[in-house]
Amino acid sequence: MKQSLASTLPNDTTTPVAREVTRALSERGTPRIPWRALSGFAVGFTSLALWLVLWELASRYEWELLFRFENIPAPSEVFVAVGELLGTPKFGAHVVNSIRRVFIGFSIASVLAVGAGLLIGRFRLASQALLPPLEVLRPIPAVAWIPIAILLFASAEHSMVFITFIGAFFPALLNTIHGVETLDRRLVSASISLGAGPFAVFREVILPGALPSIVTGLSIGMGTSWFSLVTAEMISGQFGIGYYTWEAYTLQQYPHIVLGMISIGILGMGSSFLVKWSGRRFMPWFEPNTSTR
Amino acid sequence: MSLHEVTTEAGTIELNGVDIYFGEGKSRVRALDGIDLRVERGELVSVLGPSGCGKSTIIGAIAGFTPISGGDLRVDAQRVTAPGPDRGVVFQQHALFPWKTVLANVEFGLKMRGVSKRERRETAREILVHIGLGEFVDHFPHQLSGGMQQRVALARVLVNRPRVLLMDEPFCALDAQTRLQMQQMLLSLWDELHMTVVFVTHDVDEAVFLSDRVIVLTQRPARVKAEFAVTLPRPRTPAVLTSPEFTALKRQTLELLLEERKIVAA
Repeated sequence: MKQSLASTLPNDTTTPVAREVTRALSERGTPRIPWRALSGFAVGFTSLALWLVLWELASRYEWELLFRFENIPAPSEVFVAVGELLGTPKFGAHVVNSIRRVFIGFSIASVLAVGAGLLIGRFRLASQALLPPLEVLRPIPAVAWIPIAILLFASAEHSMVFITFIGAFFPALLNTIHGVETLDRRLVSASISLGAGPFAVFREVILPGALPSIVTGLSIGMGTSWFSLVTAEMISGQFGIGYYTWEAYTLQQYPHIVLGMISIGILGMGSSFLVKWSGRRFMPWFEPNTSTR
Repeated sequence: MSLHEVTTEAGTIELNGVDIYFGEGKSRVRALDGIDLRVERGELVSVLGPSGCGKSTIIGAIAGFTPISGGDLRVDAQRVTAPGPDRGVVFQQHALFPWKTVLANVEFGLKMRGVSKRERRETAREILVHIGLGEFVDHFPHQLSGGMQQRVALARVLVNRPRVLLMDEPFCALDAQTRLQMQQMLLSLWDELHMTVVFVTHDVDEAVFLSDRVIVLTQRPARVKAEFAVTLPRPRTPAVLTSPEFTALKRQTLELLLEERKIVAA
Protein backbone atom coordinates (compact mmCIF):
# COMPACT_ATOMS: atom_id res chain seq x y z
CA MET A 1 0.00 0.00 0.00
CA LYS A 2 1.09 3.52 -0.66
CA GLN A 3 1.81 5.93 2.13
CA SER A 4 -1.20 5.89 4.40
CA LEU A 5 -3.60 8.81 4.32
CA ALA A 6 -3.90 8.52 8.06
CA SER A 7 -0.77 10.57 8.59
CA THR A 8 -2.25 13.51 6.72
CA LEU A 9 -5.49 13.49 8.65
CA PRO A 10 -5.80 14.54 12.25
CA ASN A 11 -8.36 12.44 14.04
CA ASP A 12 -10.74 15.23 14.88
CA THR A 13 -9.96 14.87 18.56
CA THR A 14 -10.68 18.56 18.88
CA THR A 15 -14.37 18.17 18.15
CA PRO A 16 -16.72 17.98 21.15
CA VAL A 17 -17.99 14.56 20.12
CA ALA A 18 -14.52 13.06 19.81
CA ARG A 19 -13.49 14.59 23.11
CA GLU A 20 -16.57 13.12 24.74
CA VAL A 21 -15.74 9.69 23.32
CA THR A 22 -12.16 9.89 24.51
CA ARG A 23 -13.29 10.97 27.96
CA ALA A 24 -15.83 8.15 28.21
CA LEU A 25 -13.23 5.61 27.12
CA SER A 26 -10.65 6.75 29.65
CA GLU A 27 -13.22 6.75 32.42
CA ARG A 28 -14.35 3.23 31.73
CA GLY A 29 -13.40 0.95 34.59
CA THR A 30 -13.31 3.55 37.34
CA PRO A 31 -16.17 2.78 39.74
CA ARG A 32 -18.47 5.71 40.35
CA ILE A 33 -21.45 6.02 42.64
CA PRO A 34 -24.51 6.56 40.40
CA TRP A 35 -25.95 9.47 42.39
CA ARG A 36 -28.43 10.39 39.69
CA ALA A 37 -29.91 6.90 39.63
CA LEU A 38 -29.93 6.66 43.41
CA SER A 39 -31.70 9.97 43.94
CA GLY A 40 -34.21 9.04 41.22
CA PHE A 41 -34.88 5.80 43.07
CA ALA A 42 -35.29 7.66 46.36
CA VAL A 43 -37.85 10.03 44.86
CA GLY A 44 -39.82 7.13 43.37
CA PHE A 45 -39.77 5.22 46.63
CA THR A 46 -40.87 8.22 48.72
CA SER A 47 -43.67 8.95 46.30
CA LEU A 48 -44.92 5.37 46.54
CA ALA A 49 -44.75 5.48 50.35
CA LEU A 50 -46.67 8.75 50.50
CA TRP A 51 -49.45 7.36 48.32
CA LEU A 52 -49.70 4.34 50.65
CA VAL A 53 -49.94 6.59 53.72
CA LEU A 54 -52.60 8.70 52.04
CA TRP A 55 -54.59 5.59 51.13
CA GLU A 56 -54.26 4.21 54.69
CA LEU A 57 -55.54 7.46 56.16
CA ALA A 58 -58.37 7.69 53.66
CA SER A 59 -59.69 4.20 54.40
CA ARG A 60 -59.12 4.33 58.14
CA TYR A 61 -60.94 7.63 58.57
CA GLU A 62 -63.43 6.74 55.85
CA TRP A 63 -62.98 9.91 53.86
CA GLU A 64 -65.99 10.99 51.88
CA LEU A 65 -64.92 13.49 49.32
CA LEU A 66 -65.81 12.84 45.75
CA PHE A 67 -65.31 9.13 46.32
CA ARG A 68 -66.20 7.05 49.34
CA PHE A 69 -63.39 5.23 51.05
CA GLU A 70 -65.84 3.61 53.47
CA ASN A 71 -65.60 0.14 51.96
CA ILE A 72 -62.12 0.37 50.51
CA PRO A 73 -59.73 -1.86 52.43
CA ALA A 74 -56.75 -0.06 53.93
CA PRO A 75 -53.17 -1.05 53.01
CA SER A 76 -52.80 -2.60 56.46
CA GLU A 77 -55.77 -4.92 55.76
CA VAL A 78 -54.28 -5.82 52.40
CA PHE A 79 -51.03 -6.70 54.13
CA VAL A 80 -52.94 -9.06 56.35
CA ALA A 81 -54.39 -10.68 53.23
CA VAL A 82 -50.89 -10.95 51.79
CA GLY A 83 -49.76 -12.71 54.95
CA GLU A 84 -52.68 -15.16 54.77
CA LEU A 85 -52.13 -15.90 51.13
CA LEU A 86 -48.39 -16.20 51.07
CA GLY A 87 -48.69 -18.88 53.73
CA THR A 88 -50.57 -21.14 51.32
CA PRO A 89 -49.12 -22.74 48.16
CA LYS A 90 -52.15 -21.37 46.33
CA PHE A 91 -50.68 -17.96 45.67
CA GLY A 92 -47.70 -19.43 43.86
CA ALA A 93 -50.05 -21.49 41.69
CA HIS A 94 -52.09 -18.37 40.87
CA VAL A 95 -49.02 -16.43 39.84
CA VAL A 96 -47.39 -19.25 37.88
CA ASN A 97 -50.58 -19.97 35.90
CA SER A 98 -51.05 -16.32 35.03
CA ILE A 99 -47.44 -15.81 34.02
CA ARG A 100 -47.65 -18.87 31.78
CA ARG A 101 -50.81 -17.63 30.04
CA VAL A 102 -49.49 -14.13 29.52
CA PHE A 103 -46.13 -15.43 28.36
CA ILE A 104 -47.63 -17.76 25.74
CA GLY A 105 -50.20 -15.22 24.52
CA PHE A 106 -47.59 -12.49 24.40
CA SER A 107 -45.04 -14.64 22.55
CA ILE A 108 -47.47 -15.68 19.83
CA ALA A 109 -48.69 -12.09 19.52
CA SER A 110 -45.12 -10.77 19.24
CA VAL A 111 -44.17 -13.09 16.41
CA LEU A 112 -47.37 -12.49 14.43
CA ALA A 113 -47.57 -8.74 15.09
CA VAL A 114 -43.94 -8.04 14.24
CA GLY A 115 -44.15 -10.20 11.11
CA ALA A 116 -47.40 -8.62 9.92
CA GLY A 117 -46.21 -5.14 10.90
CA LEU A 118 -43.00 -5.43 8.87
CA LEU A 119 -44.96 -6.58 5.82
CA ILE A 120 -47.65 -3.93 6.19
CA GLY A 121 -45.07 -1.20 6.70
CA ARG A 122 -43.01 -2.23 3.70
CA PHE A 123 -45.44 -3.46 1.07
CA ARG A 124 -48.45 -1.56 -0.20
CA LEU A 125 -50.28 -4.75 -1.13
CA ALA A 126 -49.85 -6.15 2.38
CA SER A 127 -51.11 -2.93 3.89
CA GLN A 128 -54.13 -2.85 1.55
CA ALA A 129 -54.99 -6.48 2.23
CA LEU A 130 -54.29 -6.77 5.95
CA LEU A 131 -54.87 -3.36 7.46
CA PRO A 132 -58.66 -2.92 6.95
CA PRO A 133 -59.68 -6.16 8.74
CA LEU A 134 -57.17 -5.53 11.51
CA GLU A 135 -58.44 -1.98 11.99
CA VAL A 136 -61.96 -3.36 12.41
CA LEU A 137 -60.80 -5.85 15.04
CA ARG A 138 -58.61 -3.42 16.92
CA PRO A 139 -61.23 -1.41 18.86
CA ILE A 140 -62.98 -4.55 20.13
CA PRO A 141 -62.25 -4.86 23.86
CA ALA A 142 -60.98 -8.10 25.35
CA VAL A 143 -64.26 -8.70 27.23
CA ALA A 144 -66.18 -8.76 23.97
CA TRP A 145 -63.93 -11.53 22.69
CA ILE A 146 -64.87 -13.93 25.51
CA PRO A 147 -67.78 -15.74 23.80
CA ILE A 148 -65.83 -16.08 20.54
CA ALA A 149 -62.77 -17.26 22.45
CA ILE A 150 -64.86 -19.97 24.11
CA LEU A 151 -66.38 -21.04 20.79
CA LEU A 152 -63.06 -21.00 18.96
CA PHE A 153 -61.15 -23.27 21.29
CA ALA A 154 -62.04 -26.59 22.81
CA SER A 155 -60.01 -26.00 25.93
CA ALA A 156 -60.60 -23.15 28.37
CA GLU A 157 -56.86 -22.79 28.75
CA HIS A 158 -56.49 -22.01 25.05
CA SER A 159 -59.36 -19.51 25.22
CA MET A 160 -57.61 -17.66 28.04
CA VAL A 161 -54.31 -17.58 26.20
CA PHE A 162 -56.20 -16.25 23.18
CA ILE A 163 -57.50 -13.29 25.22
CA THR A 164 -54.01 -12.38 26.45
CA PHE A 165 -52.87 -12.72 22.83
CA ILE A 166 -55.51 -10.18 21.75
CA GLY A 167 -54.29 -7.85 24.47
CA ALA A 168 -50.69 -7.92 23.30
CA PHE A 169 -51.22 -8.05 19.53
CA PHE A 170 -52.38 -4.59 18.51
CA PRO A 171 -49.87 -2.35 20.31
CA ALA A 172 -47.05 -4.52 18.97
CA LEU A 173 -48.52 -4.41 15.46
CA LEU A 174 -49.10 -0.66 15.32
CA ASN A 175 -45.68 0.20 16.71
CA THR A 176 -43.97 -2.14 14.26
CA ILE A 177 -45.79 -0.53 11.33
CA HIS A 178 -44.88 2.90 12.67
CA GLY A 179 -41.24 1.86 13.03
CA VAL A 180 -41.02 0.73 9.41
CA GLU A 181 -42.89 3.76 8.07
CA THR A 182 -40.71 6.30 9.88
CA LEU A 183 -37.44 4.61 8.91
CA ASP A 184 -35.05 6.92 7.03
CA ARG A 185 -35.66 6.02 3.34
CA ARG A 186 -32.08 6.90 2.49
CA LEU A 187 -30.87 3.96 4.55
CA VAL A 188 -32.92 1.64 2.34
CA SER A 189 -31.61 3.38 -0.79
CA ALA A 190 -28.04 3.20 0.50
CA SER A 191 -28.32 -0.52 1.22
CA ILE A 192 -29.70 -1.28 -2.26
CA SER A 193 -26.98 0.82 -3.80
CA LEU A 194 -24.40 -1.17 -1.84
CA GLY A 195 -25.74 -4.38 -3.35
CA ALA A 196 -28.44 -5.56 -0.94
CA GLY A 197 -31.21 -7.73 -2.39
CA PRO A 198 -34.83 -7.56 -1.16
CA PHE A 199 -34.28 -10.10 1.61
CA ALA A 200 -31.07 -8.46 2.80
CA VAL A 201 -32.81 -5.06 2.89
CA PHE A 202 -35.34 -6.61 5.25
CA ARG A 203 -32.84 -8.32 7.49
CA GLU A 204 -30.12 -5.66 7.51
CA VAL A 205 -32.12 -2.43 7.36
CA ILE A 206 -35.89 -2.68 7.90
CA LEU A 207 -35.80 -4.94 10.95
CA PRO A 208 -32.98 -3.26 12.88
CA GLY A 209 -34.26 0.18 11.84
CA ALA A 210 -37.73 -0.56 13.20
CA LEU A 211 -36.36 -2.26 16.31
CA PRO A 212 -36.68 0.70 18.71
CA SER A 213 -40.37 1.02 17.82
CA ILE A 214 -40.83 -2.74 17.98
CA VAL A 215 -39.40 -2.86 21.49
CA THR A 216 -41.70 -0.03 22.56
CA GLY A 217 -44.63 -1.89 21.02
CA LEU A 218 -43.70 -5.15 22.74
CA SER A 219 -43.29 -3.40 26.06
CA ILE A 220 -46.74 -1.78 25.74
CA GLY A 221 -48.12 -5.10 24.47
CA MET A 222 -46.75 -6.85 27.52
CA GLY A 223 -48.62 -4.36 29.69
CA THR A 224 -51.89 -4.69 27.78
CA SER A 225 -51.57 -8.45 27.87
CA TRP A 226 -51.63 -8.32 31.69
CA PHE A 227 -54.38 -5.75 31.34
CA SER A 228 -56.56 -8.37 29.67
CA LEU A 229 -55.67 -11.11 32.14
CA VAL A 230 -58.63 -10.66 34.50
CA THR A 231 -60.90 -10.79 31.47
CA ALA A 232 -59.19 -13.93 30.25
CA GLU A 233 -59.39 -15.69 33.59
CA MET A 234 -63.07 -14.83 33.98
CA ILE A 235 -63.60 -17.61 31.45
CA SER A 236 -63.00 -20.36 33.96
CA GLY A 237 -60.36 -22.08 35.93
CA GLN A 238 -59.24 -22.48 39.48
CA PHE A 239 -55.93 -20.72 39.25
CA GLY A 240 -54.61 -17.44 37.98
CA ILE A 241 -54.18 -14.07 39.58
CA GLY A 242 -56.97 -12.62 37.44
CA TYR A 243 -59.27 -15.44 38.45
CA TYR A 244 -58.29 -14.84 42.07
CA THR A 245 -59.25 -11.15 41.79
CA TRP A 246 -62.55 -11.94 40.09
CA GLU A 247 -63.38 -14.60 42.68
CA ALA A 248 -62.56 -12.23 45.53
CA TYR A 249 -65.07 -9.80 44.03
CA THR A 250 -67.84 -12.39 43.81
CA LEU A 251 -67.08 -13.46 47.40
CA GLN A 252 -66.81 -9.82 48.53
CA GLN A 253 -63.34 -10.28 49.98
CA TYR A 254 -62.26 -6.72 49.40
CA PRO A 255 -58.65 -6.89 50.65
CA HIS A 256 -58.11 -9.81 48.29
CA ILE A 257 -59.39 -7.79 45.33
CA VAL A 258 -56.85 -5.11 46.07
CA LEU A 259 -54.14 -7.70 46.53
CA GLY A 260 -55.02 -9.23 43.16
CA MET A 261 -54.95 -5.83 41.53
CA ILE A 262 -51.58 -4.94 43.00
CA SER A 263 -50.13 -8.33 42.05
CA ILE A 264 -51.19 -7.82 38.43
CA GLY A 265 -49.73 -4.32 38.53
CA ILE A 266 -46.39 -5.49 39.84
CA LEU A 267 -46.19 -8.48 37.49
CA GLY A 268 -47.13 -6.29 34.52
CA MET A 269 -44.63 -3.62 35.43
CA GLY A 270 -41.88 -6.17 35.99
CA SER A 271 -42.42 -7.98 32.72
CA SER A 272 -42.70 -4.74 30.72
CA PHE A 273 -39.43 -3.66 32.26
CA LEU A 274 -37.91 -7.00 31.30
CA VAL A 275 -38.96 -6.50 27.68
CA LYS A 276 -37.51 -2.99 27.59
CA TRP A 277 -34.34 -4.10 29.30
CA SER A 278 -33.69 -6.97 26.91
CA GLY A 279 -34.53 -4.62 24.04
CA ARG A 280 -31.83 -2.25 25.17
CA ARG A 281 -29.36 -5.12 25.30
CA PHE A 282 -30.10 -5.80 21.64
CA MET A 283 -29.62 -2.15 20.74
CA PRO A 284 -26.40 -0.84 22.22
CA TRP A 285 -26.45 1.81 19.50
CA PHE A 286 -29.83 3.23 20.48
CA GLU A 287 -29.90 6.53 22.35
CA PRO A 288 -33.35 7.65 23.42
CA ASN A 289 -33.66 11.41 23.59
CA THR A 290 -34.00 12.38 27.23
CA SER A 291 -32.31 15.75 27.05
CA THR A 292 -35.58 17.66 27.46
CA ARG A 293 -35.99 16.42 31.03
CA MET B 1 -8.35 -9.24 -0.52
CA SER B 2 -6.86 -5.79 -0.29
CA LEU B 3 -8.28 -2.55 -1.53
CA HIS B 4 -5.57 -2.27 -4.14
CA GLU B 5 -5.63 -5.84 -5.35
CA VAL B 6 -9.07 -5.53 -6.85
CA THR B 7 -8.69 -3.62 -10.05
CA THR B 8 -11.87 -2.37 -11.57
CA GLU B 9 -11.87 -0.18 -14.61
CA ALA B 10 -13.33 3.25 -14.06
CA GLY B 11 -16.60 3.78 -15.88
CA THR B 12 -17.80 6.23 -18.49
CA ILE B 13 -21.09 8.02 -17.97
CA GLU B 14 -23.26 9.25 -20.81
CA LEU B 15 -26.40 11.32 -20.51
CA ASN B 16 -28.14 12.11 -23.78
CA GLY B 17 -31.12 14.46 -23.59
CA VAL B 18 -32.12 13.24 -20.14
CA ASP B 19 -35.47 14.60 -18.91
CA ILE B 20 -36.85 14.02 -15.45
CA TYR B 21 -40.30 15.00 -14.26
CA PHE B 22 -41.55 14.74 -10.70
CA GLY B 23 -45.16 14.40 -9.62
CA GLU B 24 -48.24 13.97 -11.76
CA GLY B 25 -51.01 16.06 -13.31
CA LYS B 26 -51.01 19.70 -12.23
CA SER B 27 -48.20 19.30 -9.72
CA ARG B 28 -45.92 17.83 -12.40
CA VAL B 29 -42.56 19.57 -12.22
CA ARG B 30 -39.72 19.36 -14.71
CA ALA B 31 -36.45 18.84 -12.85
CA LEU B 32 -34.05 18.07 -15.70
CA ASP B 33 -34.44 19.42 -19.22
CA GLY B 34 -32.49 17.55 -21.87
CA ILE B 35 -29.21 17.11 -20.01
CA ASP B 36 -26.31 16.13 -22.24
CA LEU B 37 -23.23 15.09 -20.33
CA ARG B 38 -20.35 12.75 -20.94
CA VAL B 39 -17.91 11.87 -18.18
CA GLU B 40 -14.79 10.05 -19.29
CA ARG B 41 -13.13 7.09 -17.63
CA GLY B 42 -11.33 8.27 -14.48
CA GLU B 43 -12.44 11.87 -14.83
CA LEU B 44 -13.44 14.01 -11.85
CA VAL B 45 -16.31 16.26 -12.87
CA SER B 46 -18.15 18.75 -10.66
CA VAL B 47 -21.73 19.73 -11.25
CA LEU B 48 -22.39 23.23 -10.01
CA GLY B 49 -25.64 25.11 -9.94
CA PRO B 50 -27.98 27.38 -7.99
CA SER B 51 -29.56 25.67 -5.00
CA GLY B 52 -32.71 23.73 -5.81
CA CYS B 53 -31.85 23.53 -9.50
CA GLY B 54 -31.84 19.75 -9.69
CA LYS B 55 -28.14 18.98 -9.28
CA SER B 56 -28.88 16.14 -6.89
CA THR B 57 -31.44 14.75 -9.31
CA ILE B 58 -28.59 14.02 -11.73
CA ILE B 59 -26.84 11.98 -9.03
CA GLY B 60 -30.10 10.18 -8.22
CA ALA B 61 -30.56 9.31 -11.89
CA ILE B 62 -27.03 7.98 -12.43
CA ALA B 63 -27.26 6.04 -9.15
CA GLY B 64 -30.49 4.48 -10.38
CA PHE B 65 -32.71 5.82 -7.59
CA THR B 66 -34.65 8.20 -9.82
CA PRO B 67 -36.06 6.83 -13.08
CA ILE B 68 -35.56 9.13 -16.06
CA SER B 69 -38.61 10.34 -17.97
CA GLY B 70 -36.90 10.72 -21.32
CA GLY B 71 -33.56 10.49 -23.09
CA ASP B 72 -30.83 7.98 -22.53
CA LEU B 73 -28.56 7.36 -19.54
CA ARG B 74 -25.75 4.84 -19.70
CA VAL B 75 -22.80 3.81 -17.57
CA ASP B 76 -20.24 1.85 -19.60
CA ALA B 77 -22.75 1.61 -22.42
CA GLN B 78 -25.22 -0.18 -20.13
CA ARG B 79 -28.57 1.55 -19.66
CA VAL B 80 -29.10 2.44 -15.98
CA THR B 81 -32.27 0.83 -14.60
CA ALA B 82 -31.59 0.21 -10.91
CA PRO B 83 -29.09 1.04 -8.15
CA GLY B 84 -26.01 -1.14 -7.93
CA PRO B 85 -22.65 -1.40 -6.16
CA ASP B 86 -20.76 -0.42 -9.33
CA ARG B 87 -21.96 3.13 -8.66
CA GLY B 88 -21.15 4.24 -5.12
CA VAL B 89 -23.17 7.11 -3.63
CA VAL B 90 -22.10 9.40 -0.79
CA PHE B 91 -25.04 11.43 0.47
CA GLN B 92 -25.17 14.98 1.76
CA GLN B 93 -26.03 13.86 5.28
CA HIS B 94 -24.35 10.58 5.99
CA ALA B 95 -26.65 7.58 5.55
CA LEU B 96 -24.66 5.19 7.73
CA PHE B 97 -26.59 2.43 9.48
CA PRO B 98 -26.89 3.71 13.08
CA TRP B 99 -27.14 0.15 14.43
CA LYS B 100 -23.92 -1.03 12.86
CA THR B 101 -20.44 -0.23 14.09
CA VAL B 102 -18.07 1.68 11.85
CA LEU B 103 -16.46 -1.60 10.81
CA ALA B 104 -19.79 -3.32 10.11
CA ASN B 105 -20.93 -0.33 8.05
CA VAL B 106 -17.84 -0.52 5.88
CA GLU B 107 -18.13 -4.30 5.61
CA PHE B 108 -21.69 -4.10 4.33
CA GLY B 109 -21.00 -4.13 0.60
CA LEU B 110 -18.67 -7.12 0.89
CA LYS B 111 -21.19 -8.97 3.04
CA MET B 112 -23.79 -8.45 0.32
CA ARG B 113 -21.33 -9.95 -2.16
CA GLY B 114 -20.92 -13.04 0.00
CA VAL B 115 -17.30 -12.37 0.99
CA SER B 116 -16.28 -14.45 4.02
CA LYS B 117 -16.43 -12.77 7.40
CA ARG B 118 -12.71 -12.89 8.04
CA GLU B 119 -11.82 -11.52 4.64
CA ARG B 120 -14.29 -8.65 4.71
CA ARG B 121 -13.22 -7.70 8.24
CA GLU B 122 -9.65 -7.45 7.04
CA THR B 123 -10.47 -5.38 3.97
CA ALA B 124 -12.75 -3.01 5.88
CA ARG B 125 -10.21 -2.57 8.65
CA GLU B 126 -7.49 -1.87 6.14
CA ILE B 127 -9.39 0.88 4.40
CA LEU B 128 -10.41 2.42 7.74
CA VAL B 129 -6.83 2.47 8.92
CA HIS B 130 -5.88 3.99 5.59
CA ILE B 131 -8.24 6.94 6.05
CA GLY B 132 -7.20 7.41 9.65
CA LEU B 133 -10.12 5.78 11.45
CA GLY B 134 -8.32 2.68 12.68
CA GLU B 135 -9.07 3.48 16.31
CA PHE B 136 -12.78 3.97 15.69
CA VAL B 137 -13.75 0.64 14.10
CA ASP B 138 -15.92 -0.38 17.06
CA HIS B 139 -17.66 2.96 17.49
CA PHE B 140 -21.21 3.60 16.40
CA PRO B 141 -21.76 6.37 13.83
CA HIS B 142 -23.42 8.73 16.32
CA GLN B 143 -20.24 8.73 18.39
CA LEU B 144 -18.22 10.30 15.55
CA SER B 145 -17.86 13.88 14.34
CA GLY B 146 -19.42 14.94 11.03
CA GLY B 147 -16.13 14.72 9.16
CA MET B 148 -15.42 11.25 10.50
CA GLN B 149 -18.94 10.12 9.58
CA GLN B 150 -18.43 11.22 5.98
CA ARG B 151 -15.08 9.44 5.89
CA VAL B 152 -16.82 6.23 6.98
CA ALA B 153 -19.49 6.80 4.33
CA LEU B 154 -16.75 7.15 1.72
CA ALA B 155 -14.98 4.01 2.97
CA ARG B 156 -18.25 2.05 2.89
CA VAL B 157 -18.65 2.89 -0.79
CA LEU B 158 -15.00 2.46 -1.80
CA VAL B 159 -14.81 -1.02 -0.32
CA ASN B 160 -17.00 -2.08 -3.25
CA ARG B 161 -14.42 -0.63 -5.66
CA PRO B 162 -17.09 1.20 -7.68
CA ARG B 163 -16.45 2.16 -11.28
CA VAL B 164 -18.22 5.43 -10.58
CA LEU B 165 -18.29 7.48 -7.38
CA LEU B 166 -21.29 9.80 -7.03
CA MET B 167 -21.04 12.49 -4.38
CA ASP B 168 -24.02 14.66 -3.51
CA GLU B 169 -22.75 17.75 -1.66
CA PRO B 170 -20.92 15.42 0.72
CA PHE B 171 -18.89 18.05 2.57
CA CYS B 172 -21.31 20.97 2.67
CA ALA B 173 -22.31 20.40 6.31
CA LEU B 174 -18.69 20.44 7.52
CA ASP B 175 -16.70 23.40 8.79
CA ALA B 176 -14.24 25.01 6.37
CA GLN B 177 -11.13 23.36 7.79
CA THR B 178 -12.56 19.85 7.90
CA ARG B 179 -13.96 20.38 4.42
CA LEU B 180 -10.54 21.17 3.02
CA GLN B 181 -9.10 18.07 4.69
CA MET B 182 -11.87 15.95 3.20
CA GLN B 183 -11.29 17.44 -0.26
CA GLN B 184 -7.60 16.59 -0.04
CA MET B 185 -8.42 13.08 1.12
CA LEU B 186 -10.81 12.61 -1.78
CA LEU B 187 -8.19 13.78 -4.28
CA SER B 188 -5.65 11.44 -2.76
CA LEU B 189 -8.03 8.44 -2.88
CA TRP B 190 -9.04 9.30 -6.42
CA ASP B 191 -5.39 9.43 -7.40
CA GLU B 192 -4.86 5.97 -5.92
CA LEU B 193 -8.00 4.24 -7.12
CA HIS B 194 -8.67 6.00 -10.46
CA MET B 195 -12.45 5.84 -10.35
CA THR B 196 -14.73 8.21 -12.24
CA VAL B 197 -16.18 10.84 -9.91
CA VAL B 198 -19.25 13.05 -10.30
CA PHE B 199 -19.25 15.63 -7.55
CA VAL B 200 -22.31 17.80 -7.00
CA THR B 201 -21.79 21.02 -5.06
CA HIS B 202 -22.92 24.63 -4.74
CA ASP B 203 -19.45 25.70 -3.56
CA VAL B 204 -17.45 27.29 -6.39
CA ASP B 205 -14.07 26.91 -4.64
CA GLU B 206 -14.74 23.23 -4.05
CA ALA B 207 -15.76 22.62 -7.66
CA VAL B 208 -12.70 24.34 -9.10
CA PHE B 209 -10.23 22.90 -6.58
CA LEU B 210 -11.29 19.28 -7.14
CA SER B 211 -12.26 18.94 -10.75
CA ASP B 212 -10.94 18.23 -14.18
CA ARG B 213 -14.06 19.82 -15.55
CA VAL B 214 -16.90 21.93 -14.13
CA ILE B 215 -20.46 21.75 -15.43
CA VAL B 216 -22.65 24.74 -14.60
CA LEU B 217 -26.38 24.18 -14.59
CA THR B 218 -29.23 26.65 -15.10
CA GLN B 219 -32.10 27.29 -12.72
CA ARG B 220 -34.83 24.66 -12.60
CA PRO B 221 -35.54 22.96 -14.92
CA ALA B 222 -31.81 22.28 -15.08
CA ARG B 223 -30.03 22.50 -18.40
CA VAL B 224 -26.28 22.55 -19.00
CA LYS B 225 -25.48 26.28 -19.09
CA ALA B 226 -21.75 26.05 -19.55
CA GLU B 227 -18.85 23.73 -19.01
CA PHE B 228 -15.12 24.35 -18.87
CA ALA B 229 -11.94 22.43 -18.16
CA VAL B 230 -9.94 23.22 -15.05
CA THR B 231 -6.37 23.37 -16.27
CA LEU B 232 -4.71 23.72 -12.87
CA PRO B 233 -1.84 21.24 -12.47
CA ARG B 234 -2.12 18.13 -10.32
CA PRO B 235 -1.53 17.07 -7.63
CA ARG B 236 -3.38 20.02 -6.16
CA THR B 237 -2.52 21.38 -2.76
CA PRO B 238 -4.26 24.12 -0.77
CA ALA B 239 -1.62 26.50 -2.18
CA VAL B 240 -3.54 26.33 -5.49
CA LEU B 241 -6.45 28.09 -3.80
CA THR B 242 -4.59 31.39 -3.78
CA SER B 243 -3.01 31.17 -7.24
CA PRO B 244 -4.02 33.71 -9.93
CA GLU B 245 -5.17 30.89 -12.23
CA PHE B 246 -7.52 29.63 -9.54
CA THR B 247 -8.89 33.11 -8.92
CA ALA B 248 -9.49 33.64 -12.63
CA LEU B 249 -11.40 30.37 -12.94
CA LYS B 250 -13.37 31.18 -9.81
CA ARG B 251 -14.35 34.60 -11.18
CA GLN B 252 -15.45 33.06 -14.46
CA THR B 253 -17.59 30.52 -12.62
CA LEU B 254 -19.12 33.05 -10.26
CA GLU B 255 -20.09 35.24 -13.21
CA LEU B 256 -21.92 32.33 -14.81
CA LEU B 257 -23.79 31.66 -11.58
CA LEU B 258 -24.63 35.31 -10.98
CA GLU B 259 -25.95 35.60 -14.52
CA GLU B 260 -28.26 32.71 -13.78
CA ARG B 261 -29.54 34.45 -10.65
CA LYS B 262 -30.20 37.66 -12.63
CA ILE B 263 -32.22 35.79 -15.21
CA VAL B 264 -34.50 34.56 -12.44
CA ALA B 265 -34.74 37.98 -10.82
CA ALA B 266 -35.60 39.71 -14.10
